[in-house]
Amino acid sequence: MIRHAILGLALVTAAGAIAASPQHAQVNDAAILDPGLPRQLADFGFFADAPAQVPAARVTPYRLNTPLWSDGAEKLRFVYIPDGKQAHADGENLLDLPVGAALIKTFAFEKDGKRQLVETRVLLHRADGWLALPYLWNNAQTEARLAVAGARVPVTTPAGEQIDYRVPNKNQCKECHGLNGQVTPIGPKARNLSTAWLTRFHDAGLLDKVPQVSDPVPLWEDRAVVSAEAAARGYLEANCAHCHRPGATASNSGLDLRWEQTDPLSIGIYKHPVAAGRGAGDLLYDIVPGRPDQSILVHRMASTEPGVAMPELGRQTVDEAGLEAVERWIATMPKMDERAPAP
Amino acid sequence: MRMTCMTALALCAASPAYAATHEVAAGDGAAERLQEALIMSEPGDEVVLGPGRFELEDGLSLDVDGVTVRGAGMNATVLDFTGQKGAGEGLLVTSDNVTLRDFAIENPQGDGIKSKDADGIVYQRVRVTWTDGPKSTNGAYGIYPVESTGVLIEGCEVSGASDAGIYVGQSEKITVRNSIARENVAGIEIENSRDAIVERNLATGNTGGILVFDLPNLPKMGGGNVVVRENLVSSNTTANFAPKGNIVGGVPRGTGIMVMANEKVWVANNMIADNPTAGIVVVTYTKPFDDPRYNPYPRDVVIGPNLAHGNGKDPDLPGIAPVVQAFGGKLPTLLWDGLTQDANTPALYAAAGTPGWSLNLTKQGQSVADANPGPLNVPSADNPVDMGDIGAPASLEARLAT
Repeated sequence: MIRHAILGLALVTAAGAIAASPQHAQVNDAAILDPGLPRQLADFGFFADAPAQVPAARVTPYRLNTPLWSDGAEKLRFVYIPDGKQAHADGENLLDLPVGAALIKTFAFEKDGKRQLVETRVLLHRADGWLALPYLWNNAQTEARLAVAGARVPVTTPAGEQIDYRVPNKNQCKECHGLNGQVTPIGPKARNLSTAWLTRFHDAGLLDKVPQVSDPVPLWEDRAVVSAEAAARGYLEANCAHCHRPGATASNSGLDLRWEQTDPLSIGIYKHPVAAGRGAGDLLYDIVPGRPDQSILVHRMASTEPGVAMPELGRQTVDEAGLEAVERWIATMPKMDERAPAP
Repeated sequence: MRMTCMTALALCAASPAYAATHEVAAGDGAAERLQEALIMSEPGDEVVLGPGRFELEDGLSLDVDGVTVRGAGMNATVLDFTGQKGAGEGLLVTSDNVTLRDFAIENPQGDGIKSKDADGIVYQRVRVTWTDGPKSTNGAYGIYPVESTGVLIEGCEVSGASDAGIYVGQSEKITVRNSIARENVAGIEIENSRDAIVERNLATGNTGGILVFDLPNLPKMGGGNVVVRENLVSSNTTANFAPKGNIVGGVPRGTGIMVMANEKVWVANNMIADNPTAGIVVVTYTKPFDDPRYNPYPRDVVIGPNLAHGNGKDPDLPGIAPVVQAFGGKLPTLLWDGLTQDANTPALYAAAGTPGWSLNLTKQGQSVADANPGPLNVPSADNPVDMGDIGAPASLEARLAT
């Protein structure tokens, strides 16, 4: 309980930054809206102090209840709403952000006891749709430059693993952010944001109304106290469902891992793989109730081999906590009679 | 406002005239230069790969419509993914009207080239090879268009795929022609797709040569209207090396052409030789399913005249030895499981004189152990049923280089 209270305080503090942003720094709306690819992150003016990640006016930090894991990177998330505009709530779903809005996410690891910024990804809402661009920080941490082809950067993860961290290229952004052929945000769904934050965002005039969320994704830090199912489904929602849903990159698999999906087969229970190839690892079903060791979902989460590892992009290492949450959920499912095996 | 629109239209119409060529040579920094060219290209542009070996650690991707990527030849320009560290495929294409030509992909860790929701794609003289031969640790699919309308695969070559060499899934208007599929689990596979022509290909040394499948629980269902003609399907003798969870893991070693749960398939004028299980197999989906959209039965499959020789000598089917003996040491060309949807919907027709046999199963999902094998007895037909306009559109044929 005490831990929760502290977490709650931390959230309030983060939300408090809405009001505390230095007002002198202004975002460059033209850089967001005009055609072209700004070469430097600084061109946007998203930060009053970019190396310190202090946001400019109308740039609001947020967190997700359950976030997407990327080799344990610390992630600093911000949403920018231009002057005179508002985000619109769409029930429990993705916030509808106006043209001119931007989402900014910085990935950082610790190096020599200090935070090392590696990349800042921006999603820009232009008149012709969303554009995703990756910016790579220099070693001196003074500037971040556009890296359309991506990059690899040696980092040490919080788990102590030394990896060639992959900064995705511009196209790879779309692999996760593509929906029905269009680039789209994936993180800020109302169900994966706290009511406190949504309320403050609304109170600051940046959101038209506070959406009513009947079934929020739980806080990842609460995974041991919420049900195994809620923890795991929240994890799959945040880490997998942007691809594994109709209209997205992995739609042809027929696997739909969205939080709101309730059909057992669609979420993988006794579902045969379709195009998994060797990723299936000699297993027959995505999920075998009661048998995490027999479930392809677990096998692919536990692998780091390209061609086997899921997600395909955005990780070089295994998310042990996420894996454990999914294993625990599958283990709690009542075992069913084995289906007829392949002939 | 109207003027703005007009100007924009004029610019669009004019853009092909300014199509640019982005030349990328092998050597230092090639991976980054190549990926950057793929990203910065505009519709109508060409990305031209020089000869040599491009060492790639990450998957490449193309998301610009109308781009041509061409190399100096499928043996001269090699994109080498032996050291690949990330991504699920060598090259991913997600834009329309792309042409891929004259280059090779070697040893991708996952799939070779995947094109998804990429309408109007042409693959010409593209090679995907896993250089160590058939191994279960090889990637799954070599050439892998999925969820697309308009697919033309011409003069390509894939070997070593641990699932299917050329795999067209959940697509329509497809032609696979003059291509070679060697030492894959499935040589060429048309799955949950419609209006496809598979012609003049060589499928050899695979577990199964050419497969036409429809599977349940996929976004796009209802495979059918498929012509398989004038192919050479021989010596598909490689033991099945697919990870067993995959549907092709159930394909018996030595299958020539296999049709499962499709409607209107025409298999004719193929040369089918030395496939140890069977020259041609027509079957119902075998597993339990609960997808109301799915029809597990073959319907209106026509086996026209084919040249068949030396098939069925060593079938990879449990408990089959006595049956082989009963047929005199060699099974007939055509194997049917005996299942039909109903009395009004014939599963299968066969040209007069086609030697065949039936497992005489009585219901979907029944085990082969319950078979009551006997001679084939199906209606005769020498001609295909009307399938309308099938195959890749003419506009794709027009993009083929000579």
